Amino acid sequence: MSITPGRLRALTRHRLFWPLALLAGLLLVAVADNPSFFSVRVQGGHLYGNLIDILRLSAPLALIALGMTLVIALKGIDLSVGAVVAIGGAVACTEISQLADQGSASGVVLAVGAALGLCLLAGLWNGFLVAYVGIQPIIATLILMVAGRGVAQMVTDGQIVTVSSSPYHLIGGGYLFGLPFSALTAGAVLGLVALLVRRSALGVLVESVGGNAEASRLAGIKSRGLTLGVYAFSGLCAGAAGLMISSNIAGADGNNAGLWIELDAIFAVVIGGTALTGGRFYLGGTLVGVLVIQTLTTVVLSLGVPPETTLVFKACVVTAVCLLQSPAFRHAVTSRLRRAGSRPPGASSTHIEKPEHEHEPDPTEPTPREVQNT
Amino acid sequence: MSAPKSSRSQPDLSRRHFAMALGAALVAVPLAACGGDKKQPSGGGNGGGGGDGAITFGFAQVGSESGWRTANTTSIKDAAKKAGITLKFSDAQQKQENQIAAIRSFITQKVDVIGFSPVVESGWDTVLKEARDAKIPVILTDRAVDSADDSLYVTFIGSDFVEEGRRAGKWLVEDTKEDGPFNVVVLEGTTGSAPANDRKKGFAEIVGNDDRFRFIASQTGDFTRAKGKEVMESFLKSHKKIDVLFAHNDDMAIGAIQAIEEAGKKPGTDIRIVSIDGIKEAFQAMADGKINVVVECNPLIGPQVMDLVKKVHAGDSVEKRVEAEEGVFTQEQAKDELPNRTY
Repeated sequence: MSITPGRLRALTRHRLFWPLALLAGLLLVAVADNPSFFSVRVQGGHLYGNLIDILRLSAPLALIALGMTLVIALKGIDLSVGAVVAIGGAVACTEISQLADQGSASGVVLAVGAALGLCLLAGLWNGFLVAYVGIQPIIATLILMVAGRGVAQMVTDGQIVTVSSSPYHLIGGGYLFGLPFSALTAGAVLGLVALLVRRSALGVLVESVGGNAEASRLAGIKSRGLTLGVYAFSGLCAGAAGLMISSNIAGADGNNAGLWIELDAIFAVVIGGTALTGGRFYLGGTLVGVLVIQTLTTVVLSLGVPPETTLVFKACVVTAVCLLQSPAFRHAVTSRLRRAGSRPPGASSTHIEKPEHEHEPDPTEPTPREVQNT
Repeated sequence: MSAPKSSRSQPDLSRRHFAMALGAALVAVPLAACGGDKKQPSGGGNGGGGGDGAITFGFAQVGSESGWRTANTTSIKDAAKKAGITLKFSDAQQKQENQIAAIRSFITQKVDVIGFSPVVESGWDTVLKEARDAKIPVILTDRAVDSADDSLYVTFIGSDFVEEGRRAGKWLVEDTKEDGPFNVVVLEGTTGSAPANDRKKGFAEIVGNDDRFRFIASQTGDFTRAKGKEVMESFLKSHKKIDVLFAHNDDMAIGAIQAIEEAGKKPGTDIRIVSIDGIKEAFQAMADGKINVVVECNPLIGPQVMDLVKKVHAGDSVEKRVEAEEGVFTQEQAKDELPNRTY
């Protein structure tokens, strides 16, 4: 046995261990119920299977959660993403439906550009309210959460605008090299952002402002501009997700597109290890969180859980992941197990040597220290 | 001593934030309401009393959840205008508490008749009693309430969802001449909603008694296209042989069609598709051979509602239950009917 208990403990204490274990557990349950769950075949020139579905359907949430991660790292929150999803899809589909030739690539590019531009504007509006007017993020974005869906309904006139445009279909329902185009897009954006924030000072600046905006300002960081930029990026991500969602069903549903997706995004960010108190963020963790959420949905469908109990089933899984993520809960369980195993003290020492306790809010976190490190 | 002091100032801060939150929420909600009001035709501008003798009708709509609902709203607004009835329209945005608030405000404004399409089936007794105490008659449109006391409303007009389910089932049983067995999958509506419960019940009454049919999967698609597609994708992967799809509404059927096509099967041919509602796009899909039959659920009940409003206001007796006029459409009829579809 090369795995020592100490190394095992370090592994289980890694912030992504429990979400990943849960993900593996869900997939195992699914494959035990339906042995062909993992099977992937080529259908119509692209890969086809449950795993491919998970990738394709995760893409919009992954983009939104990416923007949300940065917003939350700033100690903010963006509740408006669901409404912005609806706006993005509504604007793009309405414009495309008015094209003389829906298949024309240039027309689709223009429509997509207009939709993304408007969503960027929505994000800028949020950022303006938060950074320059000083409104609490939850309130500033609540305004657009409520009003934005109204805007989407106004654009679509309350109807579902259907389009039949093959270039537009590529965005959320199409395939490139046999893989879902939406998943490739989301992966590329995620990779670029990860590179940008971790290979430049940007990520540290964001964490610094999220940790202590005033101290950061005194240290010379333009926190307002940074906040504005991050909210604008979140709006842009939500808009792109809106394009994917509407493209997948070839129609813009102003009433239901992106409904409650802000909560899924926040949940994905939190199970990824990013604390709502700001100052730290983990993009890889967010990605795992997103995959957990979509896999849960797909597995529930594959298992055939009756609709009346679906939500309870999901609630149990979500509760489990939250408990497993809590250091206090894990400590309580392990110390009890240990007492049962009659191994005296030592238990309390695990609590002190906690290397990553990012879940515990610490308002006095001296984040500017990190700024000096760069 | 400084630590407790600072921790005492913390709650104050959060209380202030909460107050700010509340304030902003109060601002935000009427903002949204304004958005809805824009569509409202100007109702002459006179107050609730209706001094010119015109009937004032307060109508609390569910919200704009689908194309069907929009057609329903338009029908009611147009019919009110035509009938010379002053309409006070409220959009509940799919929330019961909004609808209750709207009905209360109609009572305060002393409208002559109240109409509403309940978001959910239960929880209406209190507000309906208030309306009865104020002697304002209530008409339910298109969705029923689940209450032991049926004196709380004057009449219900709308579709019989159980009957719609039965009609869908009857068509299926008659259309399938072969011996079977047929594997049936169902895309249910929003869990707990009246149309989902009743359509399921009616369909099972007919199809469940025919042992050629086996229900192999049934999941909710929330009446939406995106969910209908996602659920159907999963069905297609878990079940090798699916012969029949019964969708509780057209939007889910349209989403499912896309999933079936992406799986390399032919909707309408490889899988029989039975749907309910009758939106324009479903007729288009039928004309293209992708849906086999649509049981109509007619949203254009505005004129019938206005007739009832007039009768109720004049004190005439009306039936406790008025059926909307509806049909069943097959692929052969779809092409002719398509130009007549307005929603």
